[in-house]
Amino acid sequence: MTSESAKKSPMTILKNIHAEYLEPILQHHRHSVNNLLQILREAQEHYGYIHADAIDHLSVALSVPRAKIEGVAGFYSFIYLQPRGEYRVLFSDNITDRMLGNQGLLTSLCSQLWVEPGKISEDGLVSIATTSCTGLCDQGPAMLVNNIAVNRLTQERINAIAELIRERVPLAAWPADFFAIEDNIRRKDILLSTELTPGAALSAALQRSIEATLHEIKTSKLRGRGGAGFSTGMKWELCRNAPGDHYVVCNADEGEPGTFKDRVLLNSYADKVFEGMTVCARVIGARKGFLYLRGEYRYLFDHLQAVLSRRRQQNLLGQGILGCADFDFDIDIHLGAGAYVCGEESALIESLEGKRGTPRNRPPFPVTNGYLDQPTVVNNVETFAAASLIALNGGDWYAAIGTSVSSGTKLLSVSGDCAHPGIYEYPFGTSVAQVLADCGASDTQAVQISGASGVCVAAQEFGRCIGFEDLPTAGAFMVFDHSRDMFEVARNFVHFFAHESCGFCTPCRVGTSLLSNMMDKFSHGHGSPYDFAEIENLNGLLQSMSHCGLGHSACNPVLDTIAKFRPAYDQRMVHQGYVPAFDLDRALSQARQMTGRDDTGAHLERDHESK
Amino acid sequence: MSQNNNQPASFELDGKTIPFQAGQTIIQAAMAAGVYIPHLCFNPEFKPHGSCKLCTVKANGRQTASCTQQAQAGMVVESDTKELNDERRALLQMLFVEGNHFCPSCEKSGNCQLQATAYEMDMMSPHFDHFFPDRPVDASHAEYLLDFNRCILCSLCVRASRDVDGKNVFALSGRGIKTHLIVNARSGHLADTDFSGADKAAQVCPVGVILKKRVGFAVPIGERSFDQQPISATPHPMKQEG
Repeated sequence: MTSESAKKSPMTILKNIHAEYLEPILQHHRHSVNNLLQILREAQEHYGYIHADAIDHLSVALSVPRAKIEGVAGFYSFIYLQPRGEYRVLFSDNITDRMLGNQGLLTSLCSQLWVEPGKISEDGLVSIATTSCTGLCDQGPAMLVNNIAVNRLTQERINAIAELIRERVPLAAWPADFFAIEDNIRRKDILLSTELTPGAALSAALQRSIEATLHEIKTSKLRGRGGAGFSTGMKWELCRNAPGDHYVVCNADEGEPGTFKDRVLLNSYADKVFEGMTVCARVIGARKGFLYLRGEYRYLFDHLQAVLSRRRQQNLLGQGILGCADFDFDIDIHLGAGAYVCGEESALIESLEGKRGTPRNRPPFPVTNGYLDQPTVVNNVETFAAASLIALNGGDWYAAIGTSVSSGTKLLSVSGDCAHPGIYEYPFGTSVAQVLADCGASDTQAVQISGASGVCVAAQEFGRCIGFEDLPTAGAFMVFDHSRDMFEVARNFVHFFAHESCGFCTPCRVGTSLLSNMMDKFSHGHGSPYDFAEIENLNGLLQSMSHCGLGHSACNPVLDTIAKFRPAYDQRMVHQGYVPAFDLDRALSQARQMTGRDDTGAHLERDHESK
Repeated sequence: MSQNNNQPASFELDGKTIPFQAGQTIIQAAMAAGVYIPHLCFNPEFKPHGSCKLCTVKANGRQTASCTQQAQAGMVVESDTKELNDERRALLQMLFVEGNHFCPSCEKSGNCQLQATAYEMDMMSPHFDHFFPDRPVDASHAEYLLDFNRCILCSLCVRASRDVDGKNVFALSGRGIKTHLIVNARSGHLADTDFSGADKAAQVCPVGVILKKRVGFAVPIGERSFDQQPISATPHPMKQEG
């Protein structure tokens, strides 16, 4: 499609080509600049990337400067301003994908298709690169092809994919089992086993007064499931009491490496999530809600739209919900485009408004100044699902489960070295050891709780419990056995933070890259005790100066692994004195690659290493 | 929000009493009282941005950017402490290694807020490894030059062009360490924008990105603003509020 249009090159024809697909998109989004990200995403689905002519058209149609459009587009990993190939392949590069051999598969696909990683093939057919965790750790290695998820990559599957791409087979005609994403639910508790007839929780809520429903949520002691654990009842109340047009936002930007519970909730329990959002809307008086779905879950979009339209038919959304004349509420789905930081609630709101996903200055908080500066509740997918059950069964019922500080249950996304990766729902207070036993993990060296920004737990701590009082978690539970190198685990996470830093504040923008370079320095065998002190200093700076949680937690994986798995670092420390990161011989590697030489004459003498 | 105006509200900054008006942030009140808090992305003429983090202070024991933190009566604020100045120095070092800053040959030397603040914070070396990014210069415009090597992403030009000039000549694109300044032209060149030397945006760059051509070194090095006195003693080059 792209090459054809380029041949009929007169400018006017080109512009018409872009206008042709842009106009319906613009109309669907009411020419609103608040929907800029959605417009760009849909434009790209049509054309493969955002053409300069398309930006001209959008700039006029939306009355925004093109620099703003380029600024927004440039922020998101999945929006391209340059051609990226008819097939855009992104290998998920979480540590769990690496443990399952994604690097070998990437190299294999690159060599089969004659393309270098990160580049586009000369014929414009394909580009192959890596991306942050795509949320398929229980069925990896995984990839996205034109933003659609492919799971369980094997050498056979890679060979087949190379052939399909070479033959230019449209994605829709690829074997369906490549896209067969499984739920892998291993343990159900109240959230996953309670049957909810669509509308039942809402009816129960409508039979009570609004105050009574809010009271049930507060009584339940439900706390936010995104990890921070703010009281849900209090959040709803603060929002309800703030003047303005209220909004409900469901944070389904599940980007924390190793987390995939929201994927399963949205795939098989979407009614509970939407019902929880609708109950929230009733309580805070919202007429409009959003589900912010991470771009990696694009494949769930059509399914979720179908659930929404069924719920509209069932009068569970729309005007006069369940015959309640004063209750109008509907939900839109906005897709993200590859930006972990948008999981931070104020960055998510910026993104919902079609902007760069930069966290806002707080206070004020979203409960008073959220979407379009109006009072907004932003809750996690799992929080809304739990809220629907509380509306149905009452707060006391829920509060009786779990611990006194952490009521209810928690979904864990278990992946890594275990026999049965998948979703496990436990009451809060369950020990790490219990989860390890249930998922069939043996010889376990460490567990990374709550993803890259969470905490790394070593064997002597497996008696610790999941809960806000001990190990708070957004759900990730990555298991590492003794064959794993915990230094590489930390290095993977540090690279992740550097890639996902939004770049707004100095400490995080520069600090995460500095940290990344330091870990590479260790990896290249140039680390020294001096570098430990440097990492400590950097951590202090990021903790105290960063704008948001991303910067605050970027050093966690390194500090945890230094404290608990020091030998993994020591074995890389050939030197006791300071060693510069710069390595002259390694700096010549590009010259060697260009000249095709790798003989001794193309290397510097390495006598300094024998000291 | 409404303050009792009989007795002006005040907070304590490094032991000094600083009066403030409702709505003022810590740095705004400090500046009005003639107390210097190091800063780069803050400029009293523009809405605070809070990105460089150099103005971070401890307010009631909690670290926060003083340009965005509203002053509150009775607040105890620490700013000129070893701990904070050490951290500010590290931030400055980060800014130096992130871009390509060669002060001896830079036209802005002596008038550069980054350089002057680094002197103020006793920065003696860049400390970190240089990134040496590739940032081509844009010399397309007849009157002005853009040397992106020196950009610290403070976004003052973005704000000035958008909020004062009503032009949107500048914007930030990219993410993370790849964040960069762009101009509003399909070609990506300043010459193809409606930028003019009369724009506010032409005057706000705290470093040496936006430079007028053909007037280089009109004032000799040694006689420039921060050669005369340190930045902490120099009234802000822009008009002050209050």
